[in-house]
Parts: sequence; C-alpha cells; structure tokens
Amino acid sequence: MPFIPHTEEDIEAMLASIGAESIDELFDEIPADLRTGTLTRVPPGMSEMEITRLMSERAQEDGFYLNFIGAGAYEHHIPAAVWQITTRGEYYSSYTPYQAEASQGTLQLLYEYQTMMASLTGMDVSNASLYDGASALAEAALMAVRQHRTSRRILIPQTVHPIYRSVVRAIVKNQAIEVVEIPYDQASGQTLPEQLDQYGQEEFAALVIPQPNFFGVLEQVDALTDWAHSKQSLAIAVVNPTALAMLTPPGEWGKQGADIAVGEGQPLGIPLSSGGPYFGFMACKQQLIRQMPGRIIGRTTDLNNQEGFVLTLQAREQHIRRSKATSNICTNQGLMVTAATIYMSLVGPEGLYRIAAQSHENTLSLVEKLEKLPGVEKTFNAPFFHEAVLSLPKPAAQVLDSMKAQGVLGGLRLEEHYPELGNTLLVCVTETKTADDLDKYVELFGQALATNA
Amino acid sequence: MLIFEHARKGRLNYSQAPAKRAVKRNIPENLLRKSAPLLPEVSEMDTVRYYTRLSQKNFSIDTEFYPLGSCTMKYNPRACNALAMLPQFLARHPLAPEDTGQGFLACMYELQEILKDVTGMEAVSLTSMAGAQGELIGVTMIRAYHEARGDAERTEIIVPDAAHGTNPATAVMCGYKVVEIPTDKEGDVDMAALKAAVGPKTAGLMLTNPSTLGVFEKKVSEMSRIVHEAGGLLYYDGANLNAVLGKVKPGDMGFDVIHMNLHKTFSTPHGGGGPGAAPVGVAKRLLPYLPVPIVAYENGVYRWLTEKDRPQTIGRLSAHMGNAGVLLRAYIYVRLLGSEGMHRISEFATLNANYLMAELRKAGFEIAYPTRRASHEFIVTMKEIKERTGVTAMNLAKRLLDKGFHAPTTYFPILVPECLLIEPAETESKETIDSFVVAMEEILAEIETQPDMVKSAPHQMPLRKLDDVKAARELDIVWKP
Repeated sequence: MPFIPHTEEDIEAMLASIGAESIDELFDEIPADLRTGTLTRVPPGMSEMEITRLMSERAQEDGFYLNFIGAGAYEHHIPAAVWQITTRGEYYSSYTPYQAEASQGTLQLLYEYQTMMASLTGMDVSNASLYDGASALAEAALMAVRQHRTSRRILIPQTVHPIYRSVVRAIVKNQAIEVVEIPYDQASGQTLPEQLDQYGQEEFAALVIPQPNFFGVLEQVDALTDWAHSKQSLAIAVVNPTALAMLTPPGEWGKQGADIAVGEGQPLGIPLSSGGPYFGFMACKQQLIRQMPGRIIGRTTDLNNQEGFVLTLQAREQHIRRSKATSNICTNQGLMVTAATIYMSLVGPEGLYRIAAQSHENTLSLVEKLEKLPGVEKTFNAPFFHEAVLSLPKPAAQVLDSMKAQGVLGGLRLEEHYPELGNTLLVCVTETKTADDLDKYVELFGQALATNA
Repeated sequence: MLIFEHARKGRLNYSQAPAKRAVKRNIPENLLRKSAPLLPEVSEMDTVRYYTRLSQKNFSIDTEFYPLGSCTMKYNPRACNALAMLPQFLARHPLAPEDTGQGFLACMYELQEILKDVTGMEAVSLTSMAGAQGELIGVTMIRAYHEARGDAERTEIIVPDAAHGTNPATAVMCGYKVVEIPTDKEGDVDMAALKAAVGPKTAGLMLTNPSTLGVFEKKVSEMSRIVHEAGGLLYYDGANLNAVLGKVKPGDMGFDVIHMNLHKTFSTPHGGGGPGAAPVGVAKRLLPYLPVPIVAYENGVYRWLTEKDRPQTIGRLSAHMGNAGVLLRAYIYVRLLGSEGMHRISEFATLNANYLMAELRKAGFEIAYPTRRASHEFIVTMKEIKERTGVTAMNLAKRLLDKGFHAPTTYFPILVPECLLIEPAETESKETIDSFVVAMEEILAEIETQPDMVKSAPHQMPLRKLDDVKAARELDIVWKP
C-alpha cells in the first residue's frame, strides 16, 4: 500500500485495541445513505517508475523556449543552492511555526526575511508573506480603508498590472469598496501627477503607485506620493524587488515616503513554473503595523535569557480574533520566502544591483536594435526599467507566432488588456539573456516583420 | 548569530551575478537608490552552512512524528517534489502560449477531473492558493448567487463555534455578519440553535465535516435541508477531507461549494507555513460564478477558460494560475495512489486515530467525546489534570517536544477546555504511534511526581520556553545593525 506502513498483524492488533471487527466499522457514524461507492474517474495507482516516465514525457512535450515575456513574472538566474537547501525536509515538511521552540530554523529565517524586505523597500516593517503580488495589493487596499476610516475609495492607475486590478476588484468588491481607475498619458505611458486633481476632489483612502509600471515605464513616484499625502490619503507602492536594488525605495518617495509597499516576490529566486507558487510581500510604516495582515515574527528571549524568535502580534490574526481579524489569511507562502531569503543572501546587495543593472542594460540594447527596424518604435517616451512596449507595423500575434515557431517567446501582446494600444508588444529582457540571444531575437523579429502573413 | 552577523563588507559570490556592473543606463537621477539595501554579504559556502544548520533547529515530518490536529501532517512523497521540479515545468512562463504547455495543462485538467470525482462536485477551479482563499472564493460565489437572483436581504453567514477562525474571518471579508451557533454535548452542531438561526437573512452555513472536534456530523443531511429550505447555501470546509476521502462525498451531503486543502489531504508540503493550494468545487447552481482560469479540453487541445468564456465569474484571485507547482505535486500524489489508494487514505487515517485514542484512554487520559468514533483526529482534554495539578495542555505540549515528538494542536477548538487535538495521519506506523503513547504515559507520571518540571518545559530543546509577551511588548521584528 503506497505510503501506508501497516502489516496485517498491525491492523489486527490495532482493531483489537479499539474493539472493532473491521476498519469499515470505524465509519459506522456516517449514515449509510451517504456512503460512497467507487471512484469512477480516478485512474488506478502507478509506481514511482511509471509516474516518472509520464511526467518526464509531459515535461518534454512542453520543452524549453528562449523567453522574453515578463509582465509580472521574471526569469532570473537561481543559484543551485537556493532550492537544494529550501527543499531540505526540515524546511519543506514542517508546519507553520506555532510551536516556537521546535521551529527556530523557520522563525529565525523569517525574521531575516522581514529585515531584508524592510530594507529593500525602505519601510520600517515587513510581514512574513502573502499569497502573491496581486492579492498583496488587494490586502493593502483593505488595510488602507481600515486605516482611513472615512473613505472606501481606492485610486488605481491603469498602468498597474491589469490582472492585479481584476484581483483587487474581486476581493474588495464584497466590502463595498470603490475602485477608481486612472487613465495613463498616451505619450509617456505614465500616470501624470498634474492630471490627478479631478480624481482627488472626492475623499479617497489610497492611491496605488506602481514602479516600474506594467509597461515597464518609470513613474514620477515622488510627485504621486506627495499628491496622495496632500489629500490626507495613503500611498501604496507596487514594486519589483529586483528593480529596488537600483531604484529609490518606496520608503523614500516624496517628502514622507509611501505608507505601504507590496509586490510580487517571484523575481527573488522563485522559478516561473507556470505561475506559482510565488509569494506576495508587504512592508509598511511602523504606525500601520497593527493593520497589517499576515504572520509577523518577533525576536524575544527564553527562560534563560537566550535570544529566540516567535510569531507575534497574533491578536491581528484569524486564529485569535476570528471575525475581527485584519484578514482571513492563515497559510502563507513560507517555503517561497525561505528560497527568497537564501537567494538574497547568496547574491547580496552588489549581486542584486548587477542583476538589475544588467537586465536594464539588456532591455535598452534590445529596444535600440529593434527601433532600427522599419515601422518599429517605442510606444512611450518615458524611461523604462527592464520591460518596454513596442509598436509594430503588423499584428503582434503574427510576429509572436512566427518567433515561437523558431523557439523564441517574443513578448506579450497588449491588445487584450489595452485595446487602444493596437499592435503593441511588451518585451522583457533580464540578465539571463546574452548578446547572442538579443541578436537572435532581432533576426527572428525582422524575419517575422518581413514575411507577408 | 544572524546571517547579517556573518557578513563582511565587499564579499561577493562572483559566480552568482553578472561579472561587472552594466554601465548603460537611462534612469533619471531622482529615481535612483542612494544607499544599498541591507542584504548580507556572505560567501556561498557560509550561506549554505548557515541555512543548513538553521534548518536543523526545526521539527518536520521528515524528522519527527507530527500529530498536529486539523493539519494532516502526512508524509510528503519525495517523487512529488522531484517530478514537479523537472526543468521544463520550472522554466515555463505563466503567460506562455497554451500550445507550449499542453503537458502541464493535461496534468491540471486531469487533476480537476479527479477532484470532481472524489468530492462529487460539478466543477472545480484550481486557482485558490490556500484554504482561507478557497473560503473567500466560496463565500464570494454564495454572495454572487444571491445577488444574481435579486435576493439582497441575505446578510448573515452561520458558523458553528468549533469552526476554524478562517471561517468567521472570511464571512466578514465577504461583507457578511457572522452568526455563531453552539455545539451539543456529543460534539454535534446544536440542531435547535441551527433552526433558530436560519431565516430570510441566511446567506449560507459554513461547515467542517468531520468537525474540528474530530467527529462526523451525523445530521448533516438534515442540516442541509434546513439551510436550503431557508434559501441559504452550504459551504464545506475541506480541512478534514482526509478523514472521509472515498467514504463520503461532500456533494452527496448536500454541499453547494467546497474547498479542499491539497497541503493536507493531497500531501503537498506545508513548507513552514505554505504555500498551500485549495481548489474549489461547486454544485450546478454555482457553476457560472466559478473563478477563472479553469482548464478546458476541447478538440484534443487543453486551454484556459477566461472571463470571455465565463461572463458571470467572480473573477480572478491570483495574478496567474494559482500555485501551479503545488497542484502538480498533488496531481503526482493522486496518480501514485490511484483510486484504491484514495480509499485507503481515510481508512488508515481513521484506524490510526481510533487506535491512538483507545491507547491514550487506557493510559489514563480523558477523551473529550468518549462515546464517539474518532474521525482522523480526536481531542484529549487536560481540564481535570489542570484543576488538580496546575499543569496545562501547553505544558504537556512543550514536554512532548523534549521527548522528540511535535506537539498536537493546543487550545483549538476553543470550546473544549485545555484541549489537545491529535491527528496521527495514515502514513505513521503502529510502532511510531506506540512510542508516542509511551511518551504520553511518561509525561502523565511526571505530572504526578514532578509537576514543576513539566510546567517549565521544554528542557531538552535548543531554547527554553520563549517569552511571547515580551515579543509583543518590546516589538523587535527587523534587525538593526
């Protein structure tokens, strides 16, 4: 029996101790009319050898592509040590560290994670993770509404990832929170501070500020933050953690800094793996900590005055406060944060800077080369980080299909989410791409443009 | 010593980063970071050594028996991890075209079909990333259903007092008022209280069955009838699905919506607190509201269903497609076990729980619901022991750590005083359970002879009992150099 160690003798002895005739008798409290017969759509069991064969075949069917898609999930080099350590049974198969004395490994690591994320974002404090970037933004919106007390309105620029906006709407709608979308400037691809006043006439709880935004474009974060604060509202930053090695952290935006910083933690050592598991991070100013959802680890001492770590401020959480909790979140993304902490330790501040700078330079280089092709131009004139939007002289789908046939995923078509942008492509280049990769991209891209499809 | 204290300025792992700083840059000065973030500068070997040593301070399923009630700490087969981490699966971008991911999508589609079968539901969405998010999705769908019918008066969700804290917290997040109903002496939901609570304001009932008290709600069909007749819907919290897998289907019990914790029943790892995955299943009437994406199989091709296919969907709850890698692990697990293995899960989980309950009763422990069968878990109450000796459930839990066993769940459910919720899971052998019983017997003796020693446990762990009050009062959650 797979993963069940019982021998016939064990079963007999155990039943005798219980005083039951059979295992079936142990289910005698389930009304007979509810008892299930057979499972018709679950196939028979497989050995490990057979499932290995099946999964290997399916993996091979999917194959490998040279990937230039970003749009919220980014391919970076992951040191081999990250996942070898992370999948040690002591991290992989442990539970939430409620029994602190038996969980010091996970707890100490999470305290270090909180320290790293607070510093990376320039904020005072960080929690120990949320599900992903999109749901972290939704939690930040709920947090802002709790803090503001009088307004249930959140301003979100259309330069925020379109799926993040969908997720926020799906989650906050239940609590009668109004999400107001702010259009972007067609020339720069930015949210223009000078055009915001019409949205600020009515009270609002928070303005969301993406950096870089979904188009890869850098927003005027100082002016946007100050504008939100001038209206007695919070500024919620949505940031890319790799970019923060180079870019001003949210805690230093404008005169007072953003109030909450959230984002997708995937770039920090988490593989793309079809979308998850990733992790959402959330950091904030000290005065907002009691409104922050999710687990938080604190340093304390034991009976012998030795330093140790525990889950703290649990009075915010559902297992203590039940219906009065800051959120219903329980399980978070602990193992992903384990990987991210080891990743950040291995690359360090200089390594992360080089990764960010190389990604930025590679993207600049690719865009320069592509702009030389007839009919191709940058859609927006503002500076960008490691993604850019390009306008094409023919449908993006045709170009992408043609490149895909040659093993290259050339980017993401924007028409679905931004119909007004027409034939545009969002392309991302990270440090994983070589000069040869860029040349290959340009060559295939040029060929795709030249063919009459 | 923290990782930061192992660092030296200027140390860099040259093989893990580009050879030099790229120089080409087009970023305005005011957007550039002025000072480097506080990340450690530690060699690769020291990092590996540090985090390996740190891991050794954890208890885990791979190293200890972990009878944590309501958490289903079963063995996480290594094959599930190894095969979900095949390089092609790891490299696949979530927005890569569907025709570059047919192998992955086939696994997801088959997982949906299997989960439909074992739960008796009409359709399944895999998007939810944890139990609490599954609940959020489920209650949001209940809300969407009532709203679509123009039934705006339903403002209340009924939750038994034994429920997980996530249930009431979820109802509130979905804009509902929580009506809590009590439990009777036998551990079942108080039917009179349920009848009194339902009415035109009832949007739904959230129920865990078997409940967190470790017993099967025998009157579940009648509960279903009462709630449905009042116009409400039934939510099944699948936290304890492991106890009844292949024995009874939530769909047959009358539930309209269910989440199943794959990190419990389907053996994906708990990872020190996540990631989980909690697919949501629905009965026919909630089908239109199911969150996207969902995998469809049409004309020999797998594809994601989106808002275009499902205009009434409650939308998306994750940026991409949920915790895909966790879903892959669960898929591999169910294929390893197969249909016959699905039945065995609940059989041996129940056998282990009833055996352990019988042995602990013989050892002198008080069982909270002695007339009932254990489901896959049961409760020991230390009420009498505490009154007599002052030793609490938490003291006993900490003493168990000294003896090399992870503690059971303590102080949950809240309604049983000084409780230990114990769930051995089907993957543990009789010898392991017997050795746990011996440890419990030893502690029982220690309580009589050396109560102060038990009260001040743990003694053998790397640290003694930690000061929670100090942690909250003198908040130190970010290290300062």
